[in-house]
Amino acid sequence: MDRRDFFKLSLAGGAMLAAGADPALARESRTISPDALGLLYDSTLCVGCKACVSACKEANDMPPEFLPKTEQPYWDEPLDISGKTLTVIRVYQNGTMEKKDQEQNGYAFIKKSCMHCVDPSCISACPVSAMQKDPVTGIVSHNKDACIGCRYCVAACPFGVPRFTYDQTFPQISKCQLCRHRMKDGKYSACAEVCPTGATLYGKVSDLKQEAARRRALPPGSATVYPRGRLGGPDQSYPGVAAKYVDHLYGEKEFGGTQMIMLAGVPFEKLGYPDLPPRSDAVKSETLQHGLYGGMVMPLAFLGVLAYAAKRNVKDEDEEEERKGGRHD
Amino acid sequence: MTDHAAAVPHAPAPLGGRLVTPVTVALAALSLAAAVVLVFRFVYGLGAVTNINDGFPWGIWIVYDVMVGSAFACGGYAIALLVYIFNKGEYHPLVRPALLASLFGYTLAGISVIFDLGRYWNFWHIFWPGYAQMNSVMFEVAVCISLYILVMWIEFSPAFLDKLGMGAVKKKISRLMFLFIALGVLLPSMHQSSLGSLLVVFGSQIHPLWQAGYLLPLEYLMTAVLLGFAVVVFEATLVSIGFKRPMETPLLARLAKFIWGLLIAYLVVRIGDLVLRGAIVNAFHVTLESFWFWIEMICFAVPAWLLAAPAGRGNPGRLFFAALLLMAGGFLLRINGFLVGYETGAGWHYFPSLPELVVTVGMISFEILAYIVFVKTLPVLPAQSAPH
Repeated sequence: MDRRDFFKLSLAGGAMLAAGADPALARESRTISPDALGLLYDSTLCVGCKACVSACKEANDMPPEFLPKTEQPYWDEPLDISGKTLTVIRVYQNGTMEKKDQEQNGYAFIKKSCMHCVDPSCISACPVSAMQKDPVTGIVSHNKDACIGCRYCVAACPFGVPRFTYDQTFPQISKCQLCRHRMKDGKYSACAEVCPTGATLYGKVSDLKQEAARRRALPPGSATVYPRGRLGGPDQSYPGVAAKYVDHLYGEKEFGGTQMIMLAGVPFEKLGYPDLPPRSDAVKSETLQHGLYGGMVMPLAFLGVLAYAAKRNVKDEDEEEERKGGRHD
Repeated sequence: MTDHAAAVPHAPAPLGGRLVTPVTVALAALSLAAAVVLVFRFVYGLGAVTNINDGFPWGIWIVYDVMVGSAFACGGYAIALLVYIFNKGEYHPLVRPALLASLFGYTLAGISVIFDLGRYWNFWHIFWPGYAQMNSVMFEVAVCISLYILVMWIEFSPAFLDKLGMGAVKKKISRLMFLFIALGVLLPSMHQSSLGSLLVVFGSQIHPLWQAGYLLPLEYLMTAVLLGFAVVVFEATLVSIGFKRPMETPLLARLAKFIWGLLIAYLVVRIGDLVLRGAIVNAFHVTLESFWFWIEMICFAVPAWLLAAPAGRGNPGRLFFAALLLMAGGFLLRINGFLVGYETGAGWHYFPSLPELVVTVGMISFEILAYIVFVKTLPVLPAQSAPH
């Protein structure tokens, strides 16, 4: 094969590659299961008591974390989620911090834990199926017995959720699994169960979205009722006052949607949540992989061309060498 | 037998000579230091010796040892492409030495992965139906690199099968060699491009200067071939100096013409993408990212100028300098893409720890040490035609 042939072939390959990136052949975005479970976190209801952090530790049997400079470590004091902590409540502070849920001279609380994406990057990234999404509940779970510890999920997650226990000889990934291990006992997420104000509410995502819509429709300052614990469970609601929200249900559209959705009085960017496109990067990554390797068509075609060229050129060379060798003998 | 081989022009022959020299002893000491650090890593965990964290879960053991390391080991791939696919037989003397360097580079890159895997005892899951997750770019990279290491050992086997008295096996392998050569071009094309594709799923966590999306595989593939050629020039020059052999400048100068063409094509793709995406504006903001971007671009642009004229390509010093710059450019593209340009949230920092660097330096030393031992004991380098 001469160079011109090869360039023609490369062009054809390029065209196939472009076809692979064609939206018609693209990997579709995953859609949410009608029975998907999740959390609604309302920053305006959160009082920052961190009962959820404590209950999460207990329910998941995780060790306490101490600040590096604590002289007498008495209690758990995680600053962020980590290999030892699956959820934290963090605080936003600005200026004089006079008023709660106010961007200027105010403060606000924010929960951090797995968002249980509808189309998660961690699952797309994981080479050994250790990350799984339940087809019914949509819970993104992690199987440490399958995991090889490559940490591609840690790097891929746009929310920085899967964490790793670097300090252990036999480390593992940790992430919130929505307390799926408690479900067989009829229990639900410990964080929502203990939340005294209903700031973290558990339930079907469709119901949680309705509840969020109800709150957003209320005139700020009007009297209303807030459910606690689990939507659809025993009534633990209490009377309250409607809050003033920024016009954004975080997780409704972000990154193909998430099963933890959030309301707040302060823009989510200020609360440490990234501004993400409406499509998960998993779609893009898998569209590329399927375009290049779908049915192994392109690699096999390329191999055929290479083998043909190599066969011709290697044979020539052998004959040549034999000829030369013979002459020298 | 060696005499007979020497009679055939370019036929490879062992160099011979002492194996214990100050250079090999120093290389062995550095390799040993790495081994000591690795003992600590396996006893006390990754955190005990590395600076990696949840904001930078991949440090230099992945980004240098595997990504840059395997790209530096693309000499065998690039030369095989030239000799066997484009039928440029005149570069044949470069095949075996380049293949040997690739063999070590890749084998060590493969082994380095085990050092970095947190749960290494499960590594076989990647190849196991039921565990293997084929949508993962990491799956493609892992399977492809493993297969390529195997293929390279087969490609190189004629150099040592004779010594082992396995002439019959050698004959059989030789008959199928065209297939292994074809695989030896296909597999690196696949995983070297996929190393770029790894970044796609990171989305906006990668700085726009390096988040080229669907063009990432093409850019990583082009630079892998460029690096392959650059490393061949680099190694051939060092071998000529180190083992006091004549320079192969005329051959390398012709090779440099290919390098130049490919380099121009790469620059068109890279800069064209930045302009079309509008990401180029980021290069003119004063940031750490833009600083490293310009260093990276200079490393590619200067060789494009150095190698443009035949006079530049024929000058061994210029050629060597251009190769060095290209290696630095390919190194920076990867380091910038995966480390400098990666940000998963505020407040995370990473710079390799001393033990991390000791392992990386130790791996490189071990590679050079093994290369020296192999070329002295096995027929790798072309025999010199005229006796000195």
